[in-house]
Amino acid sequence: MSAPGESCRPDFPILSRLVNGAPLVYLDSAASSQRPRQVIEAVSRYYERSHGNVHRSIHTLGEEATELYEGARDAVRAFVGAASREEIVFTRGTTEAINLVAQAVGRTLGPGDEILVSEMEHHSNLIPWQMACRDRGASLKAVPVVGEGFLDMEAFSRLLSPRTRVVALAHVSNVLGTINPVAEIIRRGREAGALVLLDGAQGAPHLPLDLASMGPDFYAFSGHKMLGPTGIGVLYARRETLERLEPAWGGGEMIKEVWIDHAQWNDLPWRFEPGTPPIAGAVGLHAAVEYLDKLGMARVAAHERDLTARCLDALMRIPGVTIYGPRNAEIKGAVVAFNVEGIHPHDGAAILDERGIAVRAGHHCAQPLMKRLGIVGTLRASFSVYNTPAEIERLAESVGDLRGAL
Amino acid sequence: MVYSSVIRERFRAPRYRGSLPEPDASFEDVNPLCGDRIRIECRIAGGMVTDARHRGDSCAICAASADVLLESVIGQSVDSVSTLTAADLLERLQADVRASRMKCVTLPLTVLQGALEGREVAR
Repeated sequence: MSAPGESCRPDFPILSRLVNGAPLVYLDSAASSQRPRQVIEAVSRYYERSHGNVHRSIHTLGEEATELYEGARDAVRAFVGAASREEIVFTRGTTEAINLVAQAVGRTLGPGDEILVSEMEHHSNLIPWQMACRDRGASLKAVPVVGEGFLDMEAFSRLLSPRTRVVALAHVSNVLGTINPVAEIIRRGREAGALVLLDGAQGAPHLPLDLASMGPDFYAFSGHKMLGPTGIGVLYARRETLERLEPAWGGGEMIKEVWIDHAQWNDLPWRFEPGTPPIAGAVGLHAAVEYLDKLGMARVAAHERDLTARCLDALMRIPGVTIYGPRNAEIKGAVVAFNVEGIHPHDGAAILDERGIAVRAGHHCAQPLMKRLGIVGTLRASFSVYNTPAEIERLAESVGDLRGAL
Repeated sequence: MVYSSVIRERFRAPRYRGSLPEPDASFEDVNPLCGDRIRIECRIAGGMVTDARHRGDSCAICAASADVLLESVIGQSVDSVSTLTAADLLERLQADVRASRMKCVTLPLTVLQGALEGREVAR
């Protein structure tokens, strides 16, 4: 491993397999990335040598497991630029991280309170807020998507008010690729007295982060989209915000002392981590962020921007192709959504799969956005550290054949 | 091969696509996999399905499945529709469809059965 692209591919065993007789072209990393040998081996090594339950085991294995689990927290803290380890809460993924906030903050909502989301949200940053609003009589407002796929910031200003309790928006859209103006959103949201949550599922794997200076109250992301295992995610939360929050869920480990009718909560961050956590997942995530660190997130972002630019350029030349989201790779994440005239996205994806090309098809868990765009779904190619320009060429060649394929 | 010649042909040139004015039974539903919506309208007389049409934006597999399904039930008794299975449709489509796309094959059947049972469309 030395750099993103061709030279890191040997680290990813799965990339050498054939799919339907063709070399795999994996362009679905926005759904879930592949993982390098370093991550797979770290997880295996943990299970083969050090597994025990964390925190209250006195025996050697428990101590080792605790050290590995808490070591992962330190590594993630450094990777995202959080001010302290207490701000890193491990969850099962982005979805659980957002649900944690929606339930914990949700309990404090009342009639007249408002939550501000947008039309481009993944269902995981929409449904938890719908549920919180429904349970507490609060109302949900959505910032419209305009132009090539940008948040309508004038509407954002109009919708933001002293009634807004939470602003919950994607850092990077999982369909349009739009990188939202988070610095402005955070500043304005906090000025209005709201908590600001960013869904970082498509941000953390692709962009350098410095959350302490960026300043959101919450930033949620998943391990499996950033070369780590499934079943591990992170809720970053500003310490002051977290200290004021009641735990969302109860169980073992999140308490200090328990009586039959009440309990005293544990310190941060364990207060928000009831039950046996995803220890192996944390160990794997540790290896993943180490791997990304060695590649360098600035280089990762530049590599993926180059792939996005090549993909946009190649697809825009193909007759019958419609592209969704910004056409400029400089302001876009590592994802390109598109459709081919006369071809349903699921048929397109199935035909590409026959050639070994894995892309996503459908509504991408963003049905309100699909309704806004007036379509049922799209094809979506998304990139990670291991993708290459040659793979973009193979995609473009096959997309060019799709129109007459059925 | 997912896309059999039957699927391709029925997708390009469906025989039962369209709508029926004032149908005796109709229903529509969504495929949760893709958000596709399909609607089926039927004419019924003397316990028999005498005519039927399907419409909606759907993939080739779903559109072809709807088309061969309606072809097979027109002229048959309403009761016989409840005994139809996914295997019957796959046989007519002459296709080997993966588990992930089976909902595309079966959605028209559940929509037709919903129509004949008089189910209400959720909004």
